[in-house]
Amino acid sequence: MPEMIDQIFVLLKQWIMGYVPSGLQPLCSAILSVLPILVVFPLLFAITTVLERKGLGRMQNRYGPNRAGPWGILQPAADGIKSLTKEDIVPRSADHLVHLLAPILIVIASFLVYSVVPVGRNMVVVDLNAGVLFFFAIGSMVELAVFMAGWSSRSKYSLLGAMRAIAQMISYEMPMVLSGVVAIMAAGSLSTVTIVNMQAGYTGIWPHWYLFTPWGITGYILFMIAATAESNRCPFDMPEGESEIIAGYFIEYSGFKFALFFVAEYLGMMASSAMAITLFLGGWAAPFSFLTWIPSWFWFFAKLILMLMVFIWIRGTLPRLRMDQLMNFGWKFMLPLSLINIVSAGLWHYLPSGFTRWSVISLLLLLSCFLLSRNLRRNKWFQERTYRFAS
Amino acid sequence: MTLSFMLLAAIAILGAAAAMNLKTAVHCVLALTLGMVGLAALYLQLGAQFVGLTQVLVYVGAVAILAVFAIMLTRSRTGETLAPGSVSSRLSGALTALLVFAVLAWAILTGVSPQPLSGAQPEASVREVGVALMQRFVLPLEIIGVLLTAALIGAGVLAIEEKGGDR
Repeated sequence: MPEMIDQIFVLLKQWIMGYVPSGLQPLCSAILSVLPILVVFPLLFAITTVLERKGLGRMQNRYGPNRAGPWGILQPAADGIKSLTKEDIVPRSADHLVHLLAPILIVIASFLVYSVVPVGRNMVVVDLNAGVLFFFAIGSMVELAVFMAGWSSRSKYSLLGAMRAIAQMISYEMPMVLSGVVAIMAAGSLSTVTIVNMQAGYTGIWPHWYLFTPWGITGYILFMIAATAESNRCPFDMPEGESEIIAGYFIEYSGFKFALFFVAEYLGMMASSAMAITLFLGGWAAPFSFLTWIPSWFWFFAKLILMLMVFIWIRGTLPRLRMDQLMNFGWKFMLPLSLINIVSAGLWHYLPSGFTRWSVISLLLLLSCFLLSRNLRRNKWFQERTYRFAS
Repeated sequence: MTLSFMLLAAIAILGAAAAMNLKTAVHCVLALTLGMVGLAALYLQLGAQFVGLTQVLVYVGAVAILAVFAIMLTRSRTGETLAPGSVSSRLSGALTALLVFAVLAWAILTGVSPQPLSGAQPEASVREVGVALMQRFVLPLEIIGVLLTAALIGAGVLAIEEKGGDR
């Protein structure tokens, strides 16, 4: 019975496919695989927005949305209807075609990456040979869409926002890829399904996730910091710093096009979380061996929602970084540490297993982390600010 | 000559043609990117996943962004229209294109494949590419790495301010 519930969506698809004539089967199979992604993840996006607004409200000592529906849970529907019925304003001097294409491209790119994420046992749209590479390649398309949005609006603010966003995304894309490399090295494959399968199995009650190794937890933390920067979220939300450049690259968008950018931002955040789950948190595997009777897709979405909550928590906690802090942190801390992490993952493979391996690698990573962060502090060339008339 | 091949080839050719004919520099870059994506899709259709996805990663993620940054930072006005090339530059361009096409066509028409082509698709998985890079082609790989590092350091040296910066 647990197996049946675990595979219920796969069985459902097979059951429907049984009624389809054989000529239409490839098309129908593709549609049946893609449709759930187009339904589930936007739904999750709606849940996340309400969770974020309520959670942030509580963190800031206010109620958050509480008028639409019981406890404000219908707020996303109200927002959606509002943005659909709003007037779509395009600046007169804008480049109309590029202005139209940018939100479309960004949403397509954000949805495409889900095709390689295994959301449960046997539940992946395509098991690509180079799945992780696909994720990063499609992720880089978002940068181009951001540029198109900022440039085509013919506004100084949107262009500045696009430049900031692209500079930040390029700087943090490299640590993101390099910190993901350790999981690829350990699994010996670029296929997301193989990476998840390599993390299956338990020692006692504890799972064999890559998170529970020194290089794994370093890689995971680096990956999540880079993912926060990639999705332009607090504390890396300078591309849309309200007090400086109003809203960044999508100021000149209104109505549903604006909503598309909003959707793409959250989809990107969820995609990065999903990839972190796949690479380091064992994908759809249960966290303890005695919980394996709960279906695999439940564990995937439970982990995903947990990680989204961490994103919200960070947003409610940390202030925005300055541009030079952002760049210094990216290039002088994240990048060297991810390279050292790759080396230590290689060493881990060749050292004899046991306590020695653990202590050597942990010491190496902790020491390099300490030295790099000290270097980061020493390099500040901004003087402490003094206020002459304020003391 | 399947339908999908025709469509992808049309996308690649249209993108390349538009990159040469559009008036605005940024439009040219975007059209070029479209052509590159079409080319990557052709690689993917041939089963070369690694090459195709690397093509997307490099040309869409890096080269296109580099090009738009270069246009943004070097031109005084964004979206400046390009002046049409002079007759001599057009002639030399056409001559170069013709020569490249002739050499490629000659190579394809007269070249003999080292192994007889079999019906089965060649195995070009990521693992094969990695093994080949790390064993047979490890020396070229290292040389390219050194070259790129030198280029990176050179770019950094060029970008450092000469005076006043205590960075």
